[in-house]
Amino acid sequence: MEQSHIVKSFDDELKLINTTLAEMGGMAEAQLTKAVRALVTRDADLAREVVAEDSKIDALETELDRDAIRIIALRQPMATDLRMVITALKTSANLERIGDYAKNVAKRTITLIEMQPVGNTAHTIERMAELAQGLVGSVLDAYVKRDLAAADDVRMRDEEIDQLHTSLFRELLTHMMEDPHSITACTHLLFIAKNIERIGDHATNIAEYVHFMVSGETPDDERPKGDETSQTIITS
Amino acid sequence: MNEIKITAKNVNVFYGDKQALKDISIDIPARQVTALIGPSGCGKSTFLRSINRMNDVIDGCRLEGEIKLDSEDIYARGIDVVHLRARIGMVFQKPNPFPKSIYDNIAYGPKIHGLTTSSAEMDDLVMGALEKAGLIDEVRDRLDSPGTGLSGGQQQRLCIARAIAVEPEVILMDEPCSALDPIATARIEELIDELKENYTIVMVTHSMQQAARVSQKTAFFHMGELVEQGATEDIFTRPQDERTQAYITGRIG
Repeated sequence: MEQSHIVKSFDDELKLINTTLAEMGGMAEAQLTKAVRALVTRDADLAREVVAEDSKIDALETELDRDAIRIIALRQPMATDLRMVITALKTSANLERIGDYAKNVAKRTITLIEMQPVGNTAHTIERMAELAQGLVGSVLDAYVKRDLAAADDVRMRDEEIDQLHTSLFRELLTHMMEDPHSITACTHLLFIAKNIERIGDHATNIAEYVHFMVSGETPDDERPKGDETSQTIITS
Repeated sequence: MNEIKITAKNVNVFYGDKQALKDISIDIPARQVTALIGPSGCGKSTFLRSINRMNDVIDGCRLEGEIKLDSEDIYARGIDVVHLRARIGMVFQKPNPFPKSIYDNIAYGPKIHGLTTSSAEMDDLVMGALEKAGLIDEVRDRLDSPGTGLSGGQQQRLCIARAIAVEPEVILMDEPCSALDPIATARIEELIDELKENYTIVMVTHSMQQAARVSQKTAFFHMGELVEQGATEDIFTRPQDERTQAYITGRIG
């Protein structure tokens, strides 16, 4: 661990930012887990709970932004301190977005419960969500431990979510062609899958900032990407 | 590749038995601002003063190694120190105008160096220096008033004008803003930014924000060693040495 600042209150302020960020991260992870559990178990109450909870993440983001801006204005942080504050700002914006996606999954779940389930897709989505949650958890860990290797690992692991997303996309298109009555439900499921795929992307964004925070450099290599949905055509 | 104005190679400086600088090697790029930072007693001012041989006048001060101005060894035998100091001017922490008129403060140097042949030429030179130092509009009507009657920031710009008047190539500044308020400081910083078009500037500062604002290159000194040097942006965002990191983030004094 780095030595303390001569001005101790500066350490307290930086610590406060990290505490807020950890709280946000924990909430974002929990929101995703709950939203997907609501989908799989068709639990509208749980989904509504997720929708209601999202404002708490938003409030924490506002709080963190305010604290970070105050540090920049009053402390003029340099070097690792500067990189940490910038990374915290960027990370909180990404976590807030992850919270929004979880909320959207929950909202669509409330609608989906009104309709017939479509095949086994909810379980594929659950698998995607587990991976996404794993990424979010790992990247927050990497942040706390200042672990460059762990952050880089998160960037590489997102590919698997992309691949699941691509196969789910094909599966849902096939369902829609076979049974036009399922189009409404399948479209909601497509958005849900897309939301989770985006959560993975946000986790890798955070990983790139953690890389910057620890090393002072931005990762220059392209990370592997497995999302082929934008080129997918299914013909009957 | 940037043109190099000053090269220091394996410079050691001793005050009697005490070693103040240990094996300093650095290239100072031409027409840029180089900031020397570090805690008090780290050797940055000693190094600055070595560049125009200001340490010569200190008893028991001894320098080993080599400092070159455009490939000419400034410590070589036969170097005219007075001439050297005309080529390498200096501005100090506390503005120190001569107890003379504003005009004479500036004319003094050119006069002893014989830079002009007529009073009209001298007028041009004085006005030119005041202009370059950004002071002309404030003193045009009172060139005969004493320099010491100006405000602190104006006095410092007068000292910069005085340094410029002898047509130096390098200007050394030892904490030039530490006695000034933020507005006067901003004026000096703006002036430094303009001066670097024509002059090589080396500046010692205790304000890291100032080093970050005005310099292109930064060198961090600690306990007589040159710990790290590099592009200012790199030093303040991703220093490589732990001591630099600790100093600029406020972890060691």
